[in-house]
Amino acid sequence: MAKLDLARGRRATLLIATRKGLWQLSADAPRRKWRLTGPHFLGHIVHHCAADPRDSKTILAAVRTGHLGPTIFRSTDRGRSWHEAQRPPAFREGSGRIVDHTFWLAPGHASEPRTWYAGTSPQGLFRSEDGGATWEGVDGFNEHPMRKTWCGGDQDGTPDGPTLHSILIDPRDRQHLYIGMSSGGVFESANRGADWRPLNAGVKADFLPEPTPEFGHDPHCVRQHPVMPDRLYQQNHCGIYRLDRPAERWQDIGVSMPKSVGNIGFPMVVHPRDPDTIWVFPMDGTKVWPRTSPAGKPAVYRSVNGGKSWQRQAAGLPKTQAWLTVKRQAMTSDQGSPVGVYFGTTSGELWGSRDEGRTWKCLAAHLPHVYAVEVA
Amino acid sequence: MRVLIPGPLRDYTAKATVSAEGRTLGGMLADLDSRFPGLRFRIVDEQGRTRRHIKFFVDGLQTSDLDRAFDGVEEVMIVCALSGG
Repeated sequence: MAKLDLARGRRATLLIATRKGLWQLSADAPRRKWRLTGPHFLGHIVHHCAADPRDSKTILAAVRTGHLGPTIFRSTDRGRSWHEAQRPPAFREGSGRIVDHTFWLAPGHASEPRTWYAGTSPQGLFRSEDGGATWEGVDGFNEHPMRKTWCGGDQDGTPDGPTLHSILIDPRDRQHLYIGMSSGGVFESANRGADWRPLNAGVKADFLPEPTPEFGHDPHCVRQHPVMPDRLYQQNHCGIYRLDRPAERWQDIGVSMPKSVGNIGFPMVVHPRDPDTIWVFPMDGTKVWPRTSPAGKPAVYRSVNGGKSWQRQAAGLPKTQAWLTVKRQAMTSDQGSPVGVYFGTTSGELWGSRDEGRTWKCLAAHLPHVYAVEVA
Repeated sequence: MRVLIPGPLRDYTAKATVSAEGRTLGGMLADLDSRFPGLRFRIVDEQGRTRRHIKFFVDGLQTSDLDRAFDGVEEVMIVCALSGG
């Protein structure tokens, strides 16, 4: 997802979506001092919140509560005031399907300034042409005759519900889209979502009877490099991968991670300018999948060569007995120079680095379970 | 009829009690939604089913039948079940 340019003078603001509301964390120009404001929607589950880089003022939040159904709130003044969508994402009446929650929000192509996309749980794809006020299903996906085969049933999939995430719009071509699905895999559309095909060759799915199927994979987070859109990265349930289009086969770049750390995690972060630099946050994927920092020693791993090798970046992070979990939307980067990298934990901490991961500082603590962190 | 609105829905109505019209429970919800847009979708899903943690009490009797005919109903209470942390 494109992000706002700090070089243009805007100070970094992080949108922190949590299980109990939305907070904003704003920095001074050098990103040394941070100020936490909020909450918005206290008590509401905010699965995702995204700012629009096309107008620098619109923010959308995907909201529900434990007892009320899902909706979308919109702000056109950078979060000072919010208005509910008139028609939130909902499956076609008669389809039998129910949106449990909107999981992923993505601003559309730069040439379509009012267009947004939303991915839901269970897997559904929706589009708004009016800045998020009203939403329509993308029938090419939701009604695709292969959808259920690709994704399984709505009750299948991951414990928090199967999700459609990582909606990527090719900056060179508004018709060219990618999505990631847990479960399902990575899919590509060349016609703005009218049809889709799986794009998973080379990716393992070792939890299935056929370990290298055409679909059925569990990508956790897929990213497209903004200045080299033919380069994709994904943190998968079964490793870390890179794909350089027009190639069709993903390259396993998790094999070069230290064996004691493993190649399991949820987020994937790309450098805004250098296509070879990426960050992941490894978590324990052994036995019952604790999904906490391996051995209780949290670290970010960075590669500066497209995943050929990785460096541990843990300066400033707790050295031991720190069992952090970072969800797939809860790690991001800004556009600063050097780049700022940020992650939020399920234990309510927000960590940041203003030197591309070399040193880390806890910027906020005592927040609710962090679901997503985005730069606004 | 009188409709008792639970706390989580008062962002829509701004009041704990509102009046509504309708020949069925579903009709009453449609009337509410016309005046408080968005309210219905928070408690009834896109397939017309009452959401899992929502209960309706019509003159004190629980029902989930949105087609239930109203005949002299005086009060509908909407309840949101809270659970867990």
